[in-house]
Amino acid sequence: MERVEAFEVLEPGVLTTVQDLGRYGFGRFGVPPSGALDTFSLRVGNLLVGNQEDEASLEITLTGLKLKALRELVIAITGADLFPMLNGEALEMWRAHLLVEGDVITFKRVRSGCRAYLCLSGGFDVPRTMGSRSTYLKGRFGGLEGRALQRGDVLSTVDQPQPLDRIGLRFPCDWIPSFEKEAIVRVIPGPQDHHFTEKGFRTFSSSTYQVTPQCDRMGIRLEGPGIERRPDVEESIISEGLVSGAIQVPGDGKPIIILSELVTGGYTKIATVISTDLMKAAQLKPGDRVRFETTSIEEAHRLLKEQEGRLKGFKESIEHR
Amino acid sequence: MVLYPKIQFYLMGDRALLLEFGDEISSEVNERVRRMALAVEAASIEGIVETIPTYRSLLVLYNPLILSIEEMKKGLEKIEEGLQEGLFPEPRLTRVPVLYGGPYGPDLEGVARYHQISPEEVIRLHCSKPYFIYMIGFMPGFPYMGELPQELVTPRLKTPRLSVPAGSVAIAQRQTGIYPMESPGGWQILGRTPVKLFDPEKDPPALLHTGDLVQFYPISEKEFKEWSE
Repeated sequence: MERVEAFEVLEPGVLTTVQDLGRYGFGRFGVPPSGALDTFSLRVGNLLVGNQEDEASLEITLTGLKLKALRELVIAITGADLFPMLNGEALEMWRAHLLVEGDVITFKRVRSGCRAYLCLSGGFDVPRTMGSRSTYLKGRFGGLEGRALQRGDVLSTVDQPQPLDRIGLRFPCDWIPSFEKEAIVRVIPGPQDHHFTEKGFRTFSSSTYQVTPQCDRMGIRLEGPGIERRPDVEESIISEGLVSGAIQVPGDGKPIIILSELVTGGYTKIATVISTDLMKAAQLKPGDRVRFETTSIEEAHRLLKEQEGRLKGFKESIEHR
Repeated sequence: MVLYPKIQFYLMGDRALLLEFGDEISSEVNERVRRMALAVEAASIEGIVETIPTYRSLLVLYNPLILSIEEMKKGLEKIEEGLQEGLFPEPRLTRVPVLYGGPYGPDLEGVARYHQISPEEVIRLHCSKPYFIYMIGFMPGFPYMGELPQELVTPRLKTPRLSVPAGSVAIAQRQTGIYPMESPGGWQILGRTPVKLFDPEKDPPALLHTGDLVQFYPISEKEFKEWSE
C-alpha cells in the first residue's frame, strides 16, 4: 500500500517512541521484547480506530509532545491522562476522533499515569525489524530509526480510507483503568522468593515503595525498606532469562520492577507482577507509590481471562453496531 | 550436586515458567538446557511463545489463554523423559580476529600487570583455546564464553565504564565476551574485533549462537582497518 504523511512532530516531548505489542522469539539472541509497556491501553486504542490490536502506535511519556496533522486522520488516545488537547481544547480520551489537516495535538501536563498511547487508523508505518515495529532504544533499532521522535520528524501511515463511522466511538467508561498515585500491584512470589527470609518477604509485601527518578523502559527502581535476604545465599544468581514484571532485588535490598527492554539478569527475583497488573506498573512515574499484594497463579489467569473477555466483548459490540 | 536428577520448575509470574537444570556453570548442565530447548522447539506446542536458554536454566514463555500451566508442565515433563543423549548438533567454530592492546584494549596492560606476565603472554593465553558459548544475553548478540585459562582469571573493573565501544573483547572472572554494541560495562577490555556480531536486518540476527565455539586470533591495526572497510 502507498504511504502518506500523517503527522509532523512540532515538539517531541520527554520521550515518544513507536511501539506495538513487542518482538518475541529472539530472546535467545539477547533481544528483549520492547513494545508498549501498557499493552491494554494500546490494544483498546487500536480497536477504537478500526486497527488490528497489535498495530504500531505512539507511546508518549509524561508531557510535551506536539503534533500537527498533515491530512484527515482518525485517532484515539488511551493510557495515562496527559491532558491531551486539540487546537487548545481538551480532547476526550478513550474515544475515536477525526482530525483534519492542520490540527494540532498537544499533551499539556500529567494528570495521572505516565504513558499515553496515540493510535492512528492505519497505524504508524515504520519498517518491521524482526517481525515488530517496536522501538528498542538501547539496541537502536525498530520504530523510527531505532530512536525517540525528534522535532521535524514526519510520521507516515498507509493510504487507506479513514473509518469515519468510528468517530465518536467510546470505550465503556466502567472499563477504563484509572492510574492512581498510589498503586496496588498484584504479584506471584518467585522464582527466587526462597532466597529471602520470612521477615524479608513480609517487608516486601507490606511496605509502600516510592518510584525513584531511575525509571525508564528497562525498569523502575524503587525506594523503601530494604528486603532481608537469607544469610546463606549469595546476592547474585547465575544469569537467567527475564520477563517484564519480574521484581529484582539487588544487594541493597531495594526492589526494581523490570520492564520490556531487558532479557537476562543475574539478580534474585522475589516476585513477578501478574499480566493484568503490568499496566499499573507501567503507568508509575517518579514520586508515585506502589504496594505489592501476593496472589496465586490461578487467580492471575482468572483475571487475565476476565480482561480478555472484556476486550472481546468490546470488539463484538463494535462489529454489531 | 551439579546436574539435578529432575528439572526444577519455578513460576516467573503468570506467563513464564523457569526450568532449572543444575546449580553450577558447567558444560554438562548447559548441554542439558540446550537439548531441552531444541526438544521444546521441535515439539512446537501451541501456546509456547518462546524459550530463552541461559547457563543452567530455560525460561519458557507461554500464553495462558491458549495453554494452561498444568498442561504445559505435563508436556515439558514428557519431553524431559524423552531427552536423548545421542543426536545433538556439533558445535560450530567461529574464528574471531582481535586487535589487542593500545586504545582498542585499554585494560591489556593492567591485566598483564595483575598477573605479572607480559601483554604478549596475555594475548597468547587468550588465543590459546576455543571458548564455549554458554549463552547470549545482557544485550543483543553478547556471548558469555568460558572458561579462561586459570592464569587469566581476572576480577571485573572496580568502577564500570560508562561507555564500552562496539566490538570490544573483554574478560571478567573466568569468562570472556564481546560487546556487539556500544554500552556501559565493567569487564576488562583486551582488544577489539572488526567483526559485526549483531545485525537486526539479518536472519538470524546474531553471528554467534549458544552452544557454539569461538577461537580468537590476533591481527594488526592494518588488518583491522582493512577488515572494517
